[in-house]
Order: sequence, then C-alpha cells, then structure tokens
Amino acid sequence: MKWLAKIFTKRSNWSLPYLIFLLLFVVLPLVLIFIYAFQDNDGNFTLDNFSKFISNPEAANTFVYSIGVAIITTLLCILLGYPAAYILSNRDLCRSRVMVVLFILPMWINILVRTLATVALFDFIRVPLGEGALIFGMVYNFLPFMIYPIYNTMQKMDHSYIEAAQDLGASPMKVFTKVVAPLSMPGVMSGIMMVFMPTISTFAIAELLTMNNIKLFGTTIQENINNGMWNYGAALSLIMLVIIFATNLFSDEDEDRASNEGGII
Amino acid sequence: MKKFFAQTYLWLLLAMLYAPILIIAIFSFTEAKVLGNWTGFSTKLYTSLFTGGVHHSLLGAIENTLIIALVAATISTLLGSVAAIGIFNLRNRQKMIMNTLNNLPMLNPDIITGISLFLLFVSFGITQGYTTVILAHVTFCTPYVVLCVMPRLQQMNPNIYEAALDLGATPFQALRKVLIPEIKSGMISGFILAFTLSIDDFAVTIFTIGTEGLETLSTYIYADARKGGLTPELRPLSTIIFMTVLLLLIVINIRSERANKTKKA
Repeated sequence: MKWLAKIFTKRSNWSLPYLIFLLLFVVLPLVLIFIYAFQDNDGNFTLDNFSKFISNPEAANTFVYSIGVAIITTLLCILLGYPAAYILSNRDLCRSRVMVVLFILPMWINILVRTLATVALFDFIRVPLGEGALIFGMVYNFLPFMIYPIYNTMQKMDHSYIEAAQDLGASPMKVFTKVVAPLSMPGVMSGIMMVFMPTISTFAIAELLTMNNIKLFGTTIQENINNGMWNYGAALSLIMLVIIFATNLFSDEDEDRASNEGGII
Repeated sequence: MKKFFAQTYLWLLLAMLYAPILIIAIFSFTEAKVLGNWTGFSTKLYTSLFTGGVHHSLLGAIENTLIIALVAATISTLLGSVAAIGIFNLRNRQKMIMNTLNNLPMLNPDIITGISLFLLFVSFGITQGYTTVILAHVTFCTPYVVLCVMPRLQQMNPNIYEAALDLGATPFQALRKVLIPEIKSGMISGFILAFTLSIDDFAVTIFTIGTEGLETLSTYIYADARKGGLTPELRPLSTIIFMTVLLLLIVINIRSERANKTKKA
C-alpha cells in the first residue's frame, strides 16, 4: 500500500491508470483488428481476406457505392450547412444564441430514433423509400455535424481582417472569396471529417431508410462479424480504417479541440 | 432585406431538421397503431408506456440503458478527472503521447470501436453482457471527460495546490479541498456529456452486448424496427427523450455561459 501512495504523490503519475486503460481497451483492440485481418480461421498468416474482398464483386461494389454516397452526402451538407454557419456566426444577421443550440440539438438524439423519425416522415408524405430517401436521411442525420465546426471557426475568426478588406475597397464578393472562405477552411475540413466518416461507417441507417434494399459498407462489415466471419470482417474494418486515415491526412488535426474553452456544444 | 433572407433560410433548414421529430411528437398523442393515422387526441400511449405490462421488455430496456449510462458516466468521470490531472502535470513528449491516445477513441468511427472491442472480448474468452457494455462505454466516454476537465485545470492558479501542501495538507486533503472544488464544474459537464453519449450509443453497444438477451433502448429499437412494425409506445418515449436532451443541453449551456462570465469578470 505504501509504494502505491508513493507513486501517486507525484501528480503526473495520476495519468497511469488511464494509460493502462487506454492500452488495454483502445490500443490492444486495434492491434487485434490488424492481427485478425491477416489470419485465417486457424490463426495462420494469410492475405486471403484481402484477395477475397478484391475478387468479390458484391463487397467491392458496396465499397465503391458507399464512398459515392458518402461524397454526395458530404457535398450536400457543405452546400446546405456553410450558408447556415455563416449566417449563425454573423452578428448582423442572427443575434440569438438559441438558434445555434437549435441547430446543434439534433446531434444529441439517438441516431436510430432520428432515422426512424425520418422514415415516418417519408411514410407520412408518401415518399417511397430508396436511394433518394437514403441520401436525404444521411444529410438530415449529419448536417449538424457540418454546421457546428464551420460555425466554430467562423466565430473565432478575427473580424478586423474583414474590416481591413472592406476599408481597402474590396467588394463584398471579394471579401468573401479572399478573406472569409480561406479563413473558414479549417472548419470545413473538420466538418468533412465529421460527416464523411460516420456516413461511410454507418450501418442500420441504410437498412432502415431503404427497406433493406441498399447495403452500405458498414452493413457488410456488421453482417460478416455477426455471421462469425471475424477474420474477413476484421480485414474489411482495416480497409475502412485506412480510408479514414487517408481522409484524416487531408484535414489538419483539430488543434483547438484540446484547448476548447469548456463549452461542449 | 438581406437579414430577412438569412432568417428565412435558417428557419427553413430548421423546419427540415425538426419535421420528423415533430411528426413523432404530434402522433404520440393519438392511439393509432400505424404512424400517420390520427384517431383523436389521447394520452393513452404515455400511460401505457409507464404502466408496462405488455411492454415489459421495453421498460426493461429503458432500465438497462439508464443503469449502464449511470455506471459508465460515473466511472468515466472518475477515471477521466484523475487522468486529466495527471496529463496536465506531464511534460512535453509524454503529454503529447497521452493527448494523442486520448484522441484516438474520438477519431475512431463507432463501428471500429465496437468491432475492435468485440474482438478483444472474444479473444480473451470474456462473456459479453453488462460488464462488457459498460467497459465499452467507459472507453468512448472518458476522452470527453478529460476534455471537459482540462480547461478548468488550465484556468486554475497552480500555486493554490502547492500552498495547501506547504501548509501541511496531505495530498489527499489538498485534492479534496483544493483541486476538486476547482475542477468540479468541468467534472459535472463531463458527467452529463458521458451520460448522454452512453444513452445515445448504438453502434458500440450492439457489438459488445452479447447474445444473453440483454437489451438497451437502442438495440430494442433496432430489433423492433427490423421486425417491421414499430411499437407505438416508442413515439411518446422518443418525445420524452427529446425533451430531456433539450433540457440537459440548456442546463449545460447556461453553466458554460456562466463559467465564461465569471472568468471574464
């Protein structure tokens, strides 16, 4: 007991329990995905899981299709979300903070409840479920995740830049393209991450919005894991991780996330 | 004029975002089995949601969800707060490593977290149930607690703690009387955040819940939706969840506003 007390008098050591926890429940599981992906059922090294994915047209097609859906969803979210974030952060156009909360609120509602509500809406206005419903449902689900980061960067933007541009005679259009747009790019980048990543990895949502007619990559992974094809499922997960890692490289790390001033929403 | 267009755009977007939730809320006040049929005003669905009986499994699922959220949020808050104090006192390289590790669960898509933990539990032959779900929830909640507590530590005057030690307080007393009161608001925000994250989760839960018949609200809704018909009682339930989340968010917001104000003063 005494040696334990001794360790914890040094405050930096207080991170040790969490370090052990992280190694056990975050790092080790990720390593396991990697190991399983390169093994066959008997635990021997193999690349079969990956060649199976490439040679299997269904899985590969689902993969390409999911990326397509994710790209369209992300683009629509930028198109709809960017103006909204711009208006919300502009004090001349929108004063109330309540508006901001209203836009972020749906982020905190169970994704299944939201999706089922969307399905109910489509039933109510007699819109057939299918590809269109899928895209709308995805945009509906993930739009707040695009608006929030863009709004955040725009809020922190130094307004003297805009005033300087105006004083120097830039037209409103010029102010936007030369000052506001470049300065808000980090927000758009993290917005893309926050929309693209969940869209490509969701399961269940596509199932519900299309009456099981359209499968996305997340569903394929889930089915394989559920059917006991752990190694193949792990390989597919690894492919998804690589994609996400690649998109991550595009957007600079959220430098300000850790220095967030404690405002969660 | 510009302001009028901007406001109209915001309200249209909000109408789109909230239409599905509104429909669910409206139709929670009628008895019809199928959503979209209005058979007169009634609060029967609300009463039958709480009297249970036929919907015993739904009540059980709600109970499980709340217990899991409560336990997971409590563990995450304790683990995360201690970790935050530790990380705050680390130096350069070690601090960077801990921060990166802490960000990992937040960057990982849910499905990857779920599958990686699933592989961990099956590899070590751990039976899946209550414990595994709670461990999984602690894994993805704790990073957010750390992020809530960290800013409070940064704002704190570091000399107070040292002063307490110099004046003869044991490290434990200094923790209880000095450190905890300073970071309490961050801990509470972290707890609320972890609680909502845990209640909302679906993707991680479904992979770690096992096959012993344990159900949370999310998995119940998922199973229900797959069977086709949605239990009508889910309508009042979703409405209640929505209102609760709304209230919680307002509370968090007021808290952080107040914290910002006192900081400025």
